[in-house]
Amino acid sequence: MKQYSGFGLVKHALSHHENWQRMWRNPAPKREYDVIIVGGGGHGLATAYYLAKVHGITNVAVVEKGWLGGGNTARNTTIVRSNYLWDESAWLYEHAMKLWEGLSQELNYNVMFSQRGVMNLGHTLQDMRDIHRRVNANRLNGIDGEVIDARQVKEIVPHMDCTANRRFPVLGASWQPRAGVARHDAVAWGFARGADALGVDMLQQTEVTGIRTSGGKVLGVETSRGFIGAKTVGVVTAGNSGVLAKMAGFKLPVESHPLQALVSEPMKPILDTVVMSNHVHGYISQSDKGDLVIGAGIDGYVGYGQRGSYQTIEHTLQAIVELFPIFSRVRMNRQWGGIVDTTPDACPIISATPVGGLFFNCGWGTGGFKATPGSGHVFAATLAAGKAHPLAAPFTIDRFISGKLIDEHGAAGVAH
Amino acid sequence: MLHIYCPHCDEHREEEEFRSKGEAHIARPPEPESASDEDWGNYLFFRKNPRGLHHEQWFHAVGCRKFFNVTRDTVSYEILETYKPGQQPVVTAESRNGSASDKGAAK
Repeated sequence: MKQYSGFGLVKHALSHHENWQRMWRNPAPKREYDVIIVGGGGHGLATAYYLAKVHGITNVAVVEKGWLGGGNTARNTTIVRSNYLWDESAWLYEHAMKLWEGLSQELNYNVMFSQRGVMNLGHTLQDMRDIHRRVNANRLNGIDGEVIDARQVKEIVPHMDCTANRRFPVLGASWQPRAGVARHDAVAWGFARGADALGVDMLQQTEVTGIRTSGGKVLGVETSRGFIGAKTVGVVTAGNSGVLAKMAGFKLPVESHPLQALVSEPMKPILDTVVMSNHVHGYISQSDKGDLVIGAGIDGYVGYGQRGSYQTIEHTLQAIVELFPIFSRVRMNRQWGGIVDTTPDACPIISATPVGGLFFNCGWGTGGFKATPGSGHVFAATLAAGKAHPLAAPFTIDRFISGKLIDEHGAAGVAH
Repeated sequence: MLHIYCPHCDEHREEEEFRSKGEAHIARPPEPESASDEDWGNYLFFRKNPRGLHHEQWFHAVGCRKFFNVTRDTVSYEILETYKPGQQPVVTAESRNGSASDKGAAK
């Protein structure tokens, strides 16, 4: 792999940027790998990268039915934060946050991680109590966070309507300065390029159609390009996790829902942080290109169609205009949906399964992007060792039998 | 937006009047006292979550405020039937198997 650098940019300019090497190969599948990762999104690619980089397991294939980073990695609102309430999730997301902070250097790929801060607004007395509780919990876990009042909110975001006579007045917020946004596509591409350079095969346009098992152990996966063998298979397929589990013969405690997002036309810089509100339920930031990136809640029904209903979009924009009347005449440019796999406790599943050698990393629901490097890091360790990484251990499927749930519903400011 | 037929109101109404309430026909453990943790876990949390035909409960929240069941394709979102609680679906994955319309769902 050729390293990217400022010097290289100048050098390639001399040949009109026509001779850049491809970022990854497009190999034919081998018959057998040490590890197969099903799903070439951010989490799957990060898993492959850390398997090769940290654990030296390079005989790895990433099997992807479409193209790399074409699912939820391409469809999220790019927010990265770690201000979760409970110890287990706080540690996991903070682990990811620490990896984010060095990720561009690690991958020699600019993931445009911008620590512009995230605020979670409080509109009621109970909101503010929850915010105090969460920020205190965060600080005890070594995660940065402050409780700020309406005046400080107004200082950070002058355009927000913080007047007291609103239907949902802004009383204050939690503020995590280290949080921010990253360039979603670059994360997938950076991990893919890094993994490819270490010898991992990216098998695109290769759909898994079955999981072959024998005596309760996994033998490999049936794909649209034939059978590929592996003693260890990691499934990282977000909204389609339930489909893959069915192939392996068990059920998961997940339901797949459409989650929609939209972007406006590009505008001059107006919003230099991320604003989220659980109560009016919307979140907004401005991309480097200038468009407002907006999202909110899932559609209530189970769906795999990568689109949702119009009234959900309307509710989303109602929330944004409630906070920012100034945006009421901004025109929306594009709208789309992704399929998120939600769990009953709004926490992920990083776990062994009833099938030996088959592991699942799923259930990230509406907020998986922020965890991409951390999720890959702990899942790679789990696959390499054959048992859960300490940070992943609480996120087993068995918690839905034992009752040891990690209830992050709304506790993290907003469920995304 | 979905256009949903409420079998109680005997009318099509817009989706905004309804709330989706998840998988239908989930059987509560018949002997609660002797049900294992696994039985309860399965009952409470584990779902079919199918890519294709789904029998699910809907609630006519700002209409008659009654529950009913819907058979819906989770890929095309097409509603194939609605029926009252206690009734069984006419359209099932088995009844559609072999017909061309299932191809999209099996992907």
